[in-house]
Amino acid sequence: MITEEEKRKSVKSMQDYLAPQVRAIPPSGIRKFFDLVSASKDVISLGVGEPDFVTPWHVRDAAVYALERGRTSYTSNAGMIELREAIAEYLHREFQTTYEPTNEVLVTVGGSEAIDLALRALIVPGDEVLIPEPCYVSYSPICSLTGGVPVGIETFAKDEFKLTAESLRASITERSKILVLCYPSNPTGAIMTREDWLPIAKVVEEHDLLVISDEIYAELTYGEKHVSFAALPGMKDRTILVSGFSKAFAMTGWRMGYACGHPDIISAMLKIHQYTVMCAPVMGQIAALEALTNGMEEKDRMVESYNQRRRLVVSGFREIGLQCHEPQGAFYAFPSIQSTGMTSEAFAQGLLTDARVAAVPGNVFGLGGEGFLRCSYAYSVTQLSEALDRIGQYMHRLKQG
Amino acid sequence: MNDFKHKILDILKEDSRRSTNEIAVMLGVPEEGVIVAIAEMEADHVIVKYSTVVNWSKVDEEKVTALIEVQITPERGRGFDAIAERIYLYPEVKSVYLMSGAYDLLVEIEGKNLREAAMFVSNKLSPIDAVLSTKTHFILKKYKQDGIIFEDKEDDHRLVISP
Repeated sequence: MITEEEKRKSVKSMQDYLAPQVRAIPPSGIRKFFDLVSASKDVISLGVGEPDFVTPWHVRDAAVYALERGRTSYTSNAGMIELREAIAEYLHREFQTTYEPTNEVLVTVGGSEAIDLALRALIVPGDEVLIPEPCYVSYSPICSLTGGVPVGIETFAKDEFKLTAESLRASITERSKILVLCYPSNPTGAIMTREDWLPIAKVVEEHDLLVISDEIYAELTYGEKHVSFAALPGMKDRTILVSGFSKAFAMTGWRMGYACGHPDIISAMLKIHQYTVMCAPVMGQIAALEALTNGMEEKDRMVESYNQRRRLVVSGFREIGLQCHEPQGAFYAFPSIQSTGMTSEAFAQGLLTDARVAAVPGNVFGLGGEGFLRCSYAYSVTQLSEALDRIGQYMHRLKQG
Repeated sequence: MNDFKHKILDILKEDSRRSTNEIAVMLGVPEEGVIVAIAEMEADHVIVKYSTVVNWSKVDEEKVTALIEVQITPERGRGFDAIAERIYLYPEVKSVYLMSGAYDLLVEIEGKNLREAAMFVSNKLSPIDAVLSTKTHFILKKYKQDGIIFEDKEDDHRLVISP
């Protein structure tokens, strides 16, 4: 006689079918906080990582017009050649990198796909992937999915969250193969100047590393112009430059990105791309082409507007009594809440329930994020002022116990 | 006009209630500079008035706006200016433009109701000697004014939290 208990044990749980590398990935900290915020009412959110502008009308119109003309077919796997040419021309003009549109540029479904392709094309299980943290939440899980071993390198507020050659060198082992960079940084807003980069490039060369450089926020800098890692002497062939249209042109939902690099690597990435997504959607590619061709003025206007809000938010945090380094890029402020003695998660939860402001606890972004809060300033000045008021009141209540 | 003043105008155009302190922080400059620049622009009549764009259709008060095409005979020596002045001095008149094309002046008037607007045209505008003809168009619905879309469907569709 088989008991109920034994019967249950003999049946496989669905979990048992899942690939162990997928099971091993913990649920995203952002997801957890998202559920918490979604259940709350009248909340001002500073939690989003995307522009508050709608895609400029002329870009939307180009896609609408393309649909009207029946442009609904596949494109070349690597993307429309006109678009690849425009990307190469744009990167050369703005960031002094030189790519051959026919075999060194690949149009992808968002920058995320480009990162996934690059890691899948390069990682042999066991390879170590160096990731300066705090950083965007996807690199480490994608790396694990491909069998790689993510190795976080902590960066610190005292260094303005820049990667240093010393800490990079200290993290390198003989299994290190790839360095993933994301500057301007989500979530810290840190940027790297040419002077900051040169010693890093030297270490990369010494240890024969490859670099995946996620430059999605390249257009959003507020003083120093962005320096592409691929533009440094000797670094072009070692670097896969990843970028996209989401942040600069307010096109997050279009999922349009690209990767540029050595023809051998791009062609390996293209193999995976053509068997998984075939090609990026045609109307998105047409919209992206329009954005690159005629969208620079609108982009400049948006950047100016982010810059104004950045100053307002940083000065607001400092007035409230929260230390905040000055972010030089992207659209995030990363104030320290260490003076409260609370963990990021406890602070963010209290801020949500007590003051109805949502911001993302820093610990979800990896090493070095604990004690900080990511606040996006891609919101209207009115919303930002209200949020700062509420955070100020919350801090006041905390102090009074 | 320098770039600095331009940026101040852009901010005020967006929301004329922004304080000089806020503007100074947003532009990363001392507040005194902003105060001086605004005072200069007010003195120079670059900033003419701080006003509010109202969507009157949402207000429980009847109000009609008409655009009137006016053909006139220009006056010797003073061209269209003297007639334009005669017309724009009426309080009902909200704006007057000299136009190229089929008519000379475009006059925007506002009245409590259709009758009031019509009476202005027949009793005040048409009898002016230099006025040759008028053609009155009533505005039925305003979709966009001063760059502001009244029934803006571009809400914030973003998720509350995202990577």
